[in-house]
Amino acid sequence: MTGAATLRALGARLRGADRAVLAAIGCNVLLLIAGALYDANFLSLDYLLLQLQVASFLGVIATGVLLVVLLGHIDLSIPWVVTLGGMMSTATAGHTGIVGSLAIPVAIACGAGFGIANGIGVAYLRVPSMIFTLATNTIAQGLMVVHTGGFAPQDHATPAMHFLAVERTIPGIPNAVWVWAALGGATVAMLRRTGFGRRIYAIGNGERAVYLSRGHVGRVVIACFAISGACSAFAGVLLAGYSTKAYQAMGDPYLLSAIAAVVLGGANILGGRGSYLGTVAGVILVTLLQSILSIAQISDAGRQVIYGTVIIAMLLAYGRRPKGVS
Amino acid sequence: MTGRRSDLGYWLAAQRGPLAAAALFAAMFALFVAKHPAGLSGSVVNTAANKGVLLALVAMAQTLPVLTSGLDLSVGSVFVMTNCLASTTLAGTPVQIGLGIAAVLGAGIACGAINGLVVVVGRLQPIIATLATGAIYQGIALWLRPAPGGDVHEGFADFMTSSLHDAVPVSLLILIATVVVIWLPYRRTALGRAAYAIGSSEQAAYMSGVPVARAKFATYVLAGLFAAVAGLLLTCVTESGEANALLAGSYTLSSIAAVVLGGTALYGGAGGVIGTIFGAFVLRTIGDLLFVFDMDALSQPLFLGVVLLVSVSLGSLRLLRVKRRLDLYR
Repeated sequence: MTGAATLRALGARLRGADRAVLAAIGCNVLLLIAGALYDANFLSLDYLLLQLQVASFLGVIATGVLLVVLLGHIDLSIPWVVTLGGMMSTATAGHTGIVGSLAIPVAIACGAGFGIANGIGVAYLRVPSMIFTLATNTIAQGLMVVHTGGFAPQDHATPAMHFLAVERTIPGIPNAVWVWAALGGATVAMLRRTGFGRRIYAIGNGERAVYLSRGHVGRVVIACFAISGACSAFAGVLLAGYSTKAYQAMGDPYLLSAIAAVVLGGANILGGRGSYLGTVAGVILVTLLQSILSIAQISDAGRQVIYGTVIIAMLLAYGRRPKGVS
Repeated sequence: MTGRRSDLGYWLAAQRGPLAAAALFAAMFALFVAKHPAGLSGSVVNTAANKGVLLALVAMAQTLPVLTSGLDLSVGSVFVMTNCLASTTLAGTPVQIGLGIAAVLGAGIACGAINGLVVVVGRLQPIIATLATGAIYQGIALWLRPAPGGDVHEGFADFMTSSLHDAVPVSLLILIATVVVIWLPYRRTALGRAAYAIGSSEQAAYMSGVPVARAKFATYVLAGLFAAVAGLLLTCVTESGEANALLAGSYTLSSIAAVVLGGTALYGGAGGVIGTIFGAFVLRTIGDLLFVFDMDALSQPLFLGVVLLVSVSLGSLRLLRVKRRLDLYR
């Protein structure tokens, strides 16, 4: 290929990525208009900030999902690692003294541990990620069922968890939004400015090439899955802080939402392409959609049908694979 | 190596996965029966068959998309949705029941067709597409049956879950009929062979004029049909319907485990439903064994997870045979 052709291909690719992000932002505007038409309060600052607070929980999960998707893998262990995070934090909080104050780090470490196990399975055992993470999801579920005896645990969130998830230190803006912003900023810097970040994109585009150029494929894959597990568990901590308790299957709604947010934000599910900005747009998109469905007072059944249909419709509109045989 | 392998040798090598699963199942079931206080009685076999066949049918549904290196995360939801539908249609006169069965199977086929359209024509990734359609089917199930319950013709349900001459479970006959009437003929058609070709190499299949789009579509449609047969049977077992999302999730998960245990390659192109059926029986017998050995019911999900993890990790034994490490990378 000549230099000019390479440049043209690169330009087309950048435009392609941008188009998806723009489409996601456009859908957000449409949803805001639709919400405002239904209920004038939808555009009030209070309500929007509340939406942003809810979105930040999904945003934390989606951060990890994006990294894994950029590698060309998928993490299906999200539901129960979120639950594990919530339950481990509240269980640790039940202890007195120094142990009790370590609720958040303990939960994140448990999530990262599951992520490392996922990474080893995917990178070294070469099991397809969706299968391996499905299996670790079952194990996390099994552990939590044993841990709680099948009931909702009688523990409570620590003040620190409540502080991060609910309180507003700077008037107006929920702390959870700051947490998401900090995590997002660090992720953007990591993806753009570090060799590690570039290697993530490189592995998604051509694992063999990275292997041949001594790119430590295994370590990068394990690190990304570990971050994903840690993010999911941290989101579980925030959710437990938000509702002051952890409960069975609290992470179940987040699998489809997080993957949908990342894919609607323009990331290629086969890896190598996607941006954090797009994921932010996707997260807000999914949150607004759910919010509109809940204020429209549609039955639970109808909400699920519409949610699934809209996700499929938006994916069909701009999240498709290129034409031809893969 | 000395000399040529016989035909039998080739057949054995090709059927290693299913044969191993069948042998494992036979050993485990023998242990279960030996340990069971009632021994090998008709009712023990009947109960085991009903549970095993339910999972076997859902896992058969999962096998077909996997053969084309796809995945259907909505099989559990279709199973639960058809259960909810069947809990309203399996009542009245024999003619009405017959129409009800047709409606349930039709609904399953329709769900499969939607999955197929979204994946093939819509060109979406099967994982994310079927995750989303699964949410839709779950919603429909909830709409059909907001609260558990149902009106099922008792005689029909009893017949479907009983044993002929107290020895041959009807559910097992339904499973065999599904294999003989649908799977075996399908396997021999151009579409069936195409599914395997696509799983081996989609590009090569496309270049060789294999009907890639039609074959992929057919796998999802058949998956919907098999899941609906399972939903029908579940309705007869419980004589009611319930939009149980947890049940859907656990069946989807177990179906993948059964496919892996049965020797079907997750990368597609090799395997089949016979192995999957034994894989499903193995999984169900594990639960039964835990029961007769008085294992704590709460630790069963954890044990199932460990079995699943070990069985998927066993596949990585093939890494020991890989000579060039580069071959491991895409």
